[in-house]
Amino acid sequence: MEIVLAIGIGVLVSSGVWLIFRPRTFQVVIGLSLLSYAVNLFIIAMGRLKSEAAPILSSGGVGDPGRYADPLPQALVLTAIVISFATTALLLVVLIASRGLTGTDHVDGRELDR
Amino acid sequence: MIAPVAVPLFASAMMLVLGGDRRTLNATLNAASVVALVAIAIALLRGADTSPDGLLGVYRLGDWPAPFAIVLVVDRLTAMMLLLTSILASATLIFSLARWHRVGAHFHSLFQLLLMGINGAFLTGDLFNLFVFFEVLLAASYGLALHGSGTARVTAGMHYIIVNLVASLLFLIGVSLIYGVTGTLNMADLATRIPAIRAEDRALLEAGAAVLGIAFLTKAGMWPMCFWLPRTYAAAPPPVAALFAILTKVGVYIILRLWLLLFGDHAGASAHFGGELLLIGGMATIVFGAIGCLASQDMARLAAYSVLVSSGTVLSAIAMGPVDMTAGALYYLVSSTLGLAALFLLIELIERGREPGADLLAVTRELYGEEDELDDSKGTGIAIPASIAALGGAFICCTLVISGLPPLSGFVAKFALLTAALNSQPDSIPIAAWIFLVILILSGLATLIATTRAGIHALWASPDRAVPSVRLVEIVPIVALILLCAAQTMQAGPVMRYAQAAAGSLYTPHDYLRSVLGTENVLQHIRREPR
Repeated sequence: MEIVLAIGIGVLVSSGVWLIFRPRTFQVVIGLSLLSYAVNLFIIAMGRLKSEAAPILSSGGVGDPGRYADPLPQALVLTAIVISFATTALLLVVLIASRGLTGTDHVDGRELDR
Repeated sequence: MIAPVAVPLFASAMMLVLGGDRRTLNATLNAASVVALVAIAIALLRGADTSPDGLLGVYRLGDWPAPFAIVLVVDRLTAMMLLLTSILASATLIFSLARWHRVGAHFHSLFQLLLMGINGAFLTGDLFNLFVFFEVLLAASYGLALHGSGTARVTAGMHYIIVNLVASLLFLIGVSLIYGVTGTLNMADLATRIPAIRAEDRALLEAGAAVLGIAFLTKAGMWPMCFWLPRTYAAAPPPVAALFAILTKVGVYIILRLWLLLFGDHAGASAHFGGELLLIGGMATIVFGAIGCLASQDMARLAAYSVLVSSGTVLSAIAMGPVDMTAGALYYLVSSTLGLAALFLLIELIERGREPGADLLAVTRELYGEEDELDDSKGTGIAIPASIAALGGAFICCTLVISGLPPLSGFVAKFALLTAALNSQPDSIPIAAWIFLVILILSGLATLIATTRAGIHALWASPDRAVPSVRLVEIVPIVALILLCAAQTMQAGPVMRYAQAAAGSLYTPHDYLRSVLGTENVLQHIRREPR
C-alpha cells in the first residue's frame, strides 16, 4: 500500500509542479489543485497507513491504541481540504477578473510576443 | 487573552450581518474594535512585563491540557507584536476613512479579519493552528490587495495569491513531516521532544523544519523568495500596503519564535539548524532590497524594496544573534515597521498630484461612482505651501527612520545592532559581524540616496504639478506614526530594556515550556535535557 501511495503522491506532485510553471492561468489553477491533493494524501501518510481501523475509540473501553488509526492527521486533512478548496475558488474569481481586465489568460496579463 | 482574536472576528461578523454596504456603521464598528484592540494590547503588554517570568499566561481553549489541545500564549514578544499591529491598524484605518474605504466592497470586514489572522498567528502555541491563522490572514489580505480593482492590482494580486498558495502547501508538508517524526504539533511539546529524537529520524525532522522555514521565509520576503513582494506592495492600495508592512514581520516573528524554541542551544544535535543559511539569506535580502531601492523609478516600489531591506536586516540579526543582537533586531523591527507604514501612507499623498497615481484614482473613481468627486470639493485642503511643507517634513522624517540616521529611532536601532555585532565575542570580532556591518551601513546609504532622490524629484523639482489637496484626517496618522518613532527614540532606555527581556526569554524558553506544559511535563523535560 505504501508504494502505491508514494507513487501516487509523486505523480500528483510532479504533474502539479509542471503545471504551475505553465504560462496560462487555468493550468496554474489545476496544478495547484493537484499539488493540494498530493499534500492531503501526504498528511494522511504521515499519520501511518492503517487499513480497517477506526479513528475513534469504541464505546466503553480504552482498548489497544494499535488497533485504531491516528485521528489527528484526519482532522488536519479535513481543515486543509476546506482551506485549499476556498482559496482555489477565490483564485478562480481573480483569474476571471484578470481575463476580463487584460483580455488574455497569460499569468502576466499580456502575451510575450506582443 | 483570547480577546485579540475574538474582538475582530465578532466585529467582522457584525459588519457582514448588518450589511456590507452601510459604510458609516461599519467604519464605526471598525474604529471601536481597533480602539479596543489597542487597549487590550497595552493591557497585555503591561501584564507580560510585570509578571516575574515575562509570561502573562496560557489560555487553554476548551480547557484541555496542553499537548492535546490548542493553546494561546502571551509573552513579552507576543504582546509587543500585538501592540505594534493594533497601532498600525488604527493609523491605517484613520487614513483609509478619508477616501480608500469607499473604492470597493467589504473593506472594513476584511480589515478586521486580517487583524484577527495576524493576532492569532502571534498568539498561538500550536503549529497547525498557526497554519489556520495564516490562512485567515492570507485570505483577508488577498481581498485587501485586490481592493479597488484595476488591471495592475489584479495581475499583481494573482501572482501574490499563487505564490502564497504554494507556500501554504509547503507549510502543510513541513507540518506533517514534523508530526510524522515527533507525534505532536504543540510548539512547547515539540521543543521538549526534539533533543530526544533518534538519529535516524533526525534527517526527516530537519527536512520538515526546512520546508516549513521556506514557507515562512517566502512570507518574510527573504531572497530568493521575495520577487513577488515589491510588485504586490506597490500595486496594493496605500493603506493596505501600510498594514502589509506588518505581514512580512509575521513571517519574521514565526522564524524567531520557532527557530529559537525548537533549534536553540538546548536542542541537542539539531541546535542552530540552518543558522548559516538564515544569515546568508538575510544579508542577500538586504543587498537585493538596497539595489532595488536604487533602481526603482516610482516611490511605491521604493517603499516596497525598503520592506525587503528591513526584513533582511531583522533576519540576519536573528541568525547572528546572541541576546543583545536579537534585542536590537526587535527594536529595529518596531521602528522600521512604523516608519515604513508612514512612508506607504505618505507616498499616496505625494503621488496624488502626479500623473500615474492620478490615473489610477480616476479609474477607481469611474468604477465606484460619484461619491469621491463630491467629497473632493468639500475636502478641507490646506493652503499650498503648508501642505507641501507638511508632506516634505513628514517625508524627511520617514527617510531618517528608514535609512537609520539620527535623531529618530532608526538610528538607535542600527546603533544597537552594530554595537551588539561588534561586542558579540569578547576578544575578536567574527567575520560575519564585519560583513553585516558593511552591508547594514551601505544599505542605509543606498536607501538614503534613493529616498532623497525620489523626494527631490517629487517635492521640489516639479513646479507644474497639481497641488495635492491633503485632508487633515490623512496627515494625522502619518504624523502620529512619526511621533511614535520619536517617542521610541526618547524612551529608548525602557523600550530597549523590554526588547532585551523579550529576547532573553526567547533564549531561555524554560519558563515558556513550564507555563504551557504544566509542572508534570516539566519534570520529564528536565530529565530529558542535559543541562
